[in-house]
Amino acid sequence: MSKPNPMRMREMVVVREVSRILIPFILLFALYVQFHGDFGPGGGFQAGVIFAAGLVLYGLIHGLDALQRAVPPRLIEVLAAGGVMLYGGVGLVTIALGGQFLEYKVLDPHHGEHWGLLLIEGGVGITVTASMTAIFYAFAGRDTVQNQEKR
Amino acid sequence: MTVEPFLFGFLIVMAVVIIRMRSLLAAAMLSGIFSLISAGLFVLMDAVDVAFTEAAVGAGISTVLFLGTLSLTPTQERQGKFRPLPLVAVIITGLVLLWGIADMPYYGDPSAPAHVYLAPEYIQGTAEHFHIPNIVTAVLGSYRGYDTFGETTVIFTAATGVLLLLAHRRQDEDELTSDPPDTGAEE
Repeated sequence: MSKPNPMRMREMVVVREVSRILIPFILLFALYVQFHGDFGPGGGFQAGVIFAAGLVLYGLIHGLDALQRAVPPRLIEVLAAGGVMLYGGVGLVTIALGGQFLEYKVLDPHHGEHWGLLLIEGGVGITVTASMTAIFYAFAGRDTVQNQEKR
Repeated sequence: MTVEPFLFGFLIVMAVVIIRMRSLLAAAMLSGIFSLISAGLFVLMDAVDVAFTEAAVGAGISTVLFLGTLSLTPTQERQGKFRPLPLVAVIITGLVLLWGIADMPYYGDPSAPAHVYLAPEYIQGTAEHFHIPNIVTAVLGSYRGYDTFGETTVIFTAATGVLLLLAHRRQDEDELTSDPPDTGAEE
């Protein structure tokens, strides 16, 4: 979608400038939802989709190439698997420390529950952000009908 | 006077318009608005985290994915021949669902099974065992950490599936056709 005419969206002054102001706040709000999940509404999944929506907005305005320069597809693939491994890794560490799978209180007698939740929510957030962005890359990277007809 | 009836009314109007719409582009945009109104309803039901997700995924990312798909396919729905059997099946299913609603507890009913059986245990247990203010996080991460692990794996699997289907086929096409590499389909 952004491939065939990468200039068009960028040339719209209002869209470009409003998104330039909004995108940092969308990403910051995603981080707030991520790290405030113990106290307020939200958590890893919500933070992940909001962060990914910010990235997708940047990709829509500035083109897929600009987004992929900032967030390479290779990194996205590694992060998608890394988040699941972080979550599972917390479970394995709690087993190694003598607890059950995902029994966070063995991590630390006082704050184990908080540490465990912070880590697994981090894993969820990383995987959701990366998965949504990867799906966007897969869709947006396809050739358009016009380009296919040219062949 | 509450705003909910208006929002539900909008949802119904929107659904009918989307069904009648022949332009797929307009239908994709309207389904994004449908999701945004749903997100508003979730906020009114105090499910702010669900509203986040609905707004970001339903109104945002999936609309973009619809539009991305429409840039690859025709944007007008073909006028098909009217077939009565699917309509009958849809009407019967709808009536059965409406019949089932009669058995469900009213919204916010304190004597609903969910509120008398599990919820009090979660509310007390979270304060006693986990010391976390947000009970939803405690339910997702602590009580049902195993389920949430499964859900995260499902999302990862979905992304892997999309990449296998779309990204891989793109490379195949590049290999099969001997194009000059100016098509912009590089990795």
